[in-house]
Amino acid sequence: MMRWLPRDRMLWLAAPALFYLAFFYAMPLIYLLGRSVIGPNGPTLSLFAGFFADEYNWRVIGNTLRIALLVTLVSLVIGYPVALALARARGLAQVMLLTAIILPLSVGVVVKAFAWQIVLRRDGAIAKLLVATGIWDEPQRLLFTEPGLVIGAANVFLPFMILPIYSVVKLIDPRLSEAGATLGASPIYRFRKIILPLTMPGLISGMAFVFSLSVSMFVIPSLLMGDRFQTLATLTGRSFLLMRNEALGSATAVVLLVLAVSIVVGSTILSRRIGKAA
Amino acid sequence: MTAIEKLATALIWTIASLAVIFLMAPLVITVAVSFGDSTVFSLPPPGWSLRWYERLPTTRGLAASLWTSVQIAALSTLLALILGTLCAIALVRGTFPGREAITTFLISPLMLPGLVVGIAMLQGFRAFGLRDTWTSLLVAHVIITMPYVVRTVLAALSLFDFTLIEAARTLGCSYLQAIRKVLVPALAPAFLTSGMFAFLASMDNYPISIFFTDAWTKTLPIQMLQLVEERPDPMIAAVSTLLILLAVLAMIVGDRLVGLKRLADF
Repeated sequence: MMRWLPRDRMLWLAAPALFYLAFFYAMPLIYLLGRSVIGPNGPTLSLFAGFFADEYNWRVIGNTLRIALLVTLVSLVIGYPVALALARARGLAQVMLLTAIILPLSVGVVVKAFAWQIVLRRDGAIAKLLVATGIWDEPQRLLFTEPGLVIGAANVFLPFMILPIYSVVKLIDPRLSEAGATLGASPIYRFRKIILPLTMPGLISGMAFVFSLSVSMFVIPSLLMGDRFQTLATLTGRSFLLMRNEALGSATAVVLLVLAVSIVVGSTILSRRIGKAA
Repeated sequence: MTAIEKLATALIWTIASLAVIFLMAPLVITVAVSFGDSTVFSLPPPGWSLRWYERLPTTRGLAASLWTSVQIAALSTLLALILGTLCAIALVRGTFPGREAITTFLISPLMLPGLVVGIAMLQGFRAFGLRDTWTSLLVAHVIITMPYVVRTVLAALSLFDFTLIEAARTLGCSYLQAIRKVLVPALAPAFLTSGMFAFLASMDNYPISIFFTDAWTKTLPIQMLQLVEERPDPMIAAVSTLLILLAVLAMIVGDRLVGLKRLADF
């Protein structure tokens, strides 16, 4: 069809976008990576040697990974059943679930983090709820504590766990499970041998999404934890915006970038391999 | 159903109902606080009022930052729609190698830490000699909005039957007429939906925008976080409520155009 543009020359239509991204996005990232390993006297790893020699930075890395792991776990425990429910839901239940998942996605993180600041206060909704149910004897402050941060972050990132799992659950033929039942398989056996393996690719990509978002979150810990608690992302932000320490900032930025890229690439390879095996 | 299946079903629906409450909680609480008349964040508020909304127009910096955000979001979405659609057509119709890698590259800004992308751009733009804050913001925000356009338009194009264009040509349309009468209407819902969500993503962006602000040019989220840190009061909740309203509108329009289920496609 395209008379004036044969299909093998379609690349020209993509050229403006590709040049734009190459110039304003890929080149700056490469420049950042390059500057972190090239010193005044040629290639050097001194920036990272210095960074990893400091014990404080290891604590920061520990904070980052621990929080990200907890947020991923909480999101998984809530998100997996919700994805199963969403795949079965019809009518009003489906609309409500979809709304609760999609609407918060288009509301900014500053808005949600601010709301959690209100909820997690000593006189906030969660403290009142826990006292009313008798779990706590007296109201406590969750704001500026790690559990508070994990709750807030899990709330913001939960849709990124639910949606990838839902995208594979909805493709599962319900007759598979029925066939298993006819053949005498117990519900637990069917879940382990049919549902779980088939949802594994979605599970992995959901976990990778939430983990890498939690590793890189900046606004949420700034508002829910304050300055005493640093993660790689908050330290990166602080060293550029407040401390004007570009060396430290570049080191943490590169560590963060490498971490995020390896999570995305690793999870893609893993879920492809499992997808083929299933 | 066996007992264990009934138990599992009950458990799934209980968790799902609690999750709906959990997910909606920050939005509902923000709206409730914004209409309260107390200066602290007591819930439920002792009385209702519009006092926080009345203070919005006179709060220093708020209107200016809103205007900056709207300008940047609208222009960056427009640029992303043009660049992204051309690119998506090439990816769906083209036969050149590396199409999958190019798609990943175009979507990748969504997956990398925003803060790192922001720092890289800050240093990169400086090295290119681009110093104007407003222009830098616009250039950076096209990178934020482009993945939304590419993802949605690609999905719409892969469902589009290109023989329809040939059919229109056979029926006597010129090439451009065929594009305008067949392809554009078929893509219109994808344009509108991706445009809306790209616009919102730009309006809400914090981690990239923070590197391209100065005393005169600030986007709304930057100004809001500054207000939260200076003097947290329910006025922030009033601004937030307006942003939530915008998101609700986008979702209703998106539902009408493509349906909630397609909005949830991942």
